[in-house]
Amino acid sequence: MKEKLKQIRENFQKALREGAEQLSQLRVKYFGKNGVFTELMKNLKNLPPEERPAFGKEVNQVKAELEGALSEAEQAELRRKREQELSEDRLDVTLPGVGRKTGSLHPLTLVKNQVLDAFLGLGFEIYDGPEVEYDYYSFEALNIPKDHPARDMQDTFYITDNVLLRPHTSPAQIRAMQKKGVPIRILCPGKVFRADDDATHSPMFHQIEGLAVEKDISLADLKGVLEVFATTVFDKSTKVRFRPSFFPFTEPSVEVDVSCSMCHGKGCRLCKGTGWIEILGAGMVHRNVLKNCGVDPDAYRGFAFGLGIERVTMIKYGIPDMRLLFENDVRFLKQFI
Amino acid sequence: MRVPFLWLKDYVDIDLSAEELAAKLFSCGFEVEELIYLGAEMDRIVTARIVKLEKHPDADKLQICQMDCGRYGACQIVTGATNVFEGAVVPACLDKSTLPGGRKITAGKLRGVLSEGMLCSGEELKITDADIPGASVDGILILDPKTPLGVEMREILGLDEYVFDIGVTANRPDCQSVYGIAREVAAVLGKPLKEPALDFAEGETPIEKLVKVRVEAEDLCPRYLAGGVTDIRIAPSPAWMQKRLKLCGLRAINNIVDITNFVLLELGQPMHAFDERELTDRQIVVRRAKEGEHIVTLDGKDSQLNENMLVICDAKKPVALAGIMGGLESGIKPDTAAVVFESARFKRDSIRKTSKALGIRSDSSARYEKGVDSFSPEFGLKRALHLICELGCGKVAKGIEDRSALRPEVRTLKANKADIDALLGLEIPLKDTLRILNGLQIETSEKGGVLTCRIPPWREDLEDYPDIAEEMIRMYGYDHLHSTLLAKAQVAPGGRTQEQKNMDRLKEDLRYQGLHEIVSYAFISKEEIGKINLGGEEKFSRTVELLNPLSEDIAVMRTTMLCGLLEAASVNLSRKVEAGRLFETGRIFLPKESAEELPEEKERLGILLFGEGESFFTLKGILENLFADFGLTFECRAGGEAYFHPHKKAEIFCKGLVMGSFGELHPDVTDAFDLKKKLWYAEIDLEALNERAFPKFVYKNLPKFPAIERDLALVADEEVSCKAITDLIRKQGGGMLEEVTLFDLYQGDRIEKGKKSMAFRLSFRAEDRTLKVEEADQIIQGILAQLTKKLNVTLRA
Repeated sequence: MKEKLKQIRENFQKALREGAEQLSQLRVKYFGKNGVFTELMKNLKNLPPEERPAFGKEVNQVKAELEGALSEAEQAELRRKREQELSEDRLDVTLPGVGRKTGSLHPLTLVKNQVLDAFLGLGFEIYDGPEVEYDYYSFEALNIPKDHPARDMQDTFYITDNVLLRPHTSPAQIRAMQKKGVPIRILCPGKVFRADDDATHSPMFHQIEGLAVEKDISLADLKGVLEVFATTVFDKSTKVRFRPSFFPFTEPSVEVDVSCSMCHGKGCRLCKGTGWIEILGAGMVHRNVLKNCGVDPDAYRGFAFGLGIERVTMIKYGIPDMRLLFENDVRFLKQFI
Repeated sequence: MRVPFLWLKDYVDIDLSAEELAAKLFSCGFEVEELIYLGAEMDRIVTARIVKLEKHPDADKLQICQMDCGRYGACQIVTGATNVFEGAVVPACLDKSTLPGGRKITAGKLRGVLSEGMLCSGEELKITDADIPGASVDGILILDPKTPLGVEMREILGLDEYVFDIGVTANRPDCQSVYGIAREVAAVLGKPLKEPALDFAEGETPIEKLVKVRVEAEDLCPRYLAGGVTDIRIAPSPAWMQKRLKLCGLRAINNIVDITNFVLLELGQPMHAFDERELTDRQIVVRRAKEGEHIVTLDGKDSQLNENMLVICDAKKPVALAGIMGGLESGIKPDTAAVVFESARFKRDSIRKTSKALGIRSDSSARYEKGVDSFSPEFGLKRALHLICELGCGKVAKGIEDRSALRPEVRTLKANKADIDALLGLEIPLKDTLRILNGLQIETSEKGGVLTCRIPPWREDLEDYPDIAEEMIRMYGYDHLHSTLLAKAQVAPGGRTQEQKNMDRLKEDLRYQGLHEIVSYAFISKEEIGKINLGGEEKFSRTVELLNPLSEDIAVMRTTMLCGLLEAASVNLSRKVEAGRLFETGRIFLPKESAEELPEEKERLGILLFGEGESFFTLKGILENLFADFGLTFECRAGGEAYFHPHKKAEIFCKGLVMGSFGELHPDVTDAFDLKKKLWYAEIDLEALNERAFPKFVYKNLPKFPAIERDLALVADEEVSCKAITDLIRKQGGGMLEEVTLFDLYQGDRIEKGKKSMAFRLSFRAEDRTLKVEEADQIIQGILAQLTKKLNVTLRA
């Protein structure tokens, strides 16, 4: 019997090695219902009872060994088949994708959202004002009386003597304070209009007005908030610089420069060699403006700023001519996603 | 404003370069828009003497000059000029020199003889006899023989000068002069400011003999001073005065006129000189013009006047437009023997309005429009009278006519230092505070934390403590300000409202659907509205109109988003961009009854599609996806504006409201915009969309039992709508019918004319059990019977 077992093993290994029979046939022949091993176990009863356990154990060992080898061979066969299938199933991956291309958001929308996002995290809300405004909100309430030379600072489009297209987003300061009261932190993005049309001016453009009124707020806070804006919209290393200026609705008033995003302060064409780019006007809200909104200027202080979205957009994306922003050439638009 | 460096140096000892001073001015709020160096274009052109003159051996018309160039040594220059002679002092361009206009001169050979430069003419230096005698001669400029040698010509010509072109903000009219800037320079450098000389010797003639002044319009003229000068000798003013005028861009005229201009530039006070002979009854009356009066001004212009205009009159007639320009008759003439100097404060908006109305502008009116204070008239007049004496051009009359409703005053302003510190978020040390404010001539003392500031009369802009804070910080330096992040403010949540988030989502949705966002002008032309308003509807034609449009193209506020989108399509098509999916959000403007009321501003979305592959249904698909993104579905109803194709348009009906419309544009509209293409347009009311966005919903249980699906191939008359069929199927299908979808549509040769074939997939399901096939079939029989009976729709054979 032992001899027979040895013979079985050698035959099986030879068959497996030489691939003379299909693996599935081999499985049936050796491990099937009427296979070699079943037969062998049936013949067990012919042995003397005392030898049966030891021999049975041996048979099972050999069976496990051979069955393992067969399984391995079967696995290898499957892998080979899969490899072959894969190698015959090819495509040109450089063919274009299927489906419609996505569109684009206007660069002014992208920049507006970047600017808003920078401030919204600091507790600001968005407030909308009308684009056609009263003279009162656009000038009078902002401390620009009728005879003030500052009225000449912007050429305004008028509808009647008292109704006009807002020349800046500042009227929203007044409306927001009158409606919501103080303390307040708002941003007003929107269209503004001035009678000016050339390569650097458009009769319609976009501003974002910011206003914060609190019991205790300072020019140093304004600088901090604008630093958050500048580092968010340009890059992390952007610096902010204040220099004295004049706006009738703020006192002190500052012109705000940011370090040039192209040359990082070394001086280049974009910053005209100065290393700085003028980006917005700001200041502490004039006491007369607070009074005009029914806010006690001895109890509250505020800061305000106004920036031109076109200017930031042109600087950020290197757009040389403002008119490109309003032509709406699809080849221009689709660059912005 | 042009401020010559040398003039500033008359009043402050400045030991900085022009560039360094420009940086200082910039830091304290005076931007030097341009630093002009007048000699920039004239380099290495020096005075030199012709020591020896010889004929050129090979050229009859050339001469060889041996030159003595002073500290530049000796050199040889060949010239073709004929007016040169031995001993002449001339300007010589040395090797590597530059002429005005940028021409470079280098050494070279002329007919074989070395020439180390060039002798030059007045014309080549771009100067005339007015600059230096002999400059207009046809030939080499021959200089005064006593001229030192080896000196740069730009120095000889007074061009070795810097001029600052300074931008002065509207709140600082006191800085609209050399002396005003000198005050700032002294403050920022911490140097003393020198007083201008104001002393003068009075003669015997009393001022009353020359003029009597009466101010009738004190509201427009709060201060009027008149001084007199007799025994005048009209002559050119001295070189130093002429040089200063020229550096500021003014032409020298004669001593009297030059003095008035000099005072305007130096102290910022406009002056006017009247010929005393021309003042009828020796009177000056400052009053509003009478209707019908007119005046011929110095520029020769005859202007009709009205009651809003302030004029200076003699006993009979206007002799000057106050603050703007003198009359032709009363001006200074070569034989003028006595003058009356006017030095006044006029109200700035009065000057501005008159100047604008008459179209007459002058240096004086430009200055008055910015605002002249009450201190300045006397300051200016005294300076002018001093200059009369200094120049020796006449005798000053005894006394000054002073008619002043408003006299200069020193106001006292008290400010808490703590308020200033809190406003700035920075504590400027008291020592620096006092140094800065006193340096600005704001006499300041401190007691118990309170600053007492005596405001000089020319600083009318300083009214409250923030003004003082600004003076302090701009001089202390903004670089001292360390940023804080709302250190003492309350915490606020901030962020976007749901409506604002919806608008961002809308744009993102459309972007994903392949649309490009555009931005167009909110004002358009009436003509454009006419082109789209095929129905002649008031909602388009009643517009908000601008009083002062830049052009007719942008004269009225838009009443639809369509025009801007069509303009964009037109730009793209003209540039051979043949396809586009465009959208814009923005406001349309609907006027109220009265133009004095603000119009209604309504948020709209406009979508415009054009190009291959686009159709009514690509647009409808975009809209369905967009609405689905807000949890909404819509129904198409008959209707839509006249600018659409009459049979390819629909109103968007959603949640009981028409929210907009869409369709193919009418060929009349596309023709009017010269587009020669089919375009599809939709306009949506965004407020309505926002109000209805994201209706509340609750989760629906997933089905537990299987569905039965059946496909029906139907034949219907062409005019029976898909909606009519699905509605009937749904109605008849009852609760078991879960879904009806059209999955195929055919119209064509393989079917009877006037008919269409439609294939629907119906899905049936019971919530509580497995539906039996027989049940579904029974419902379908009922549906088919109804379709045939009511809509003449049958199963396809």
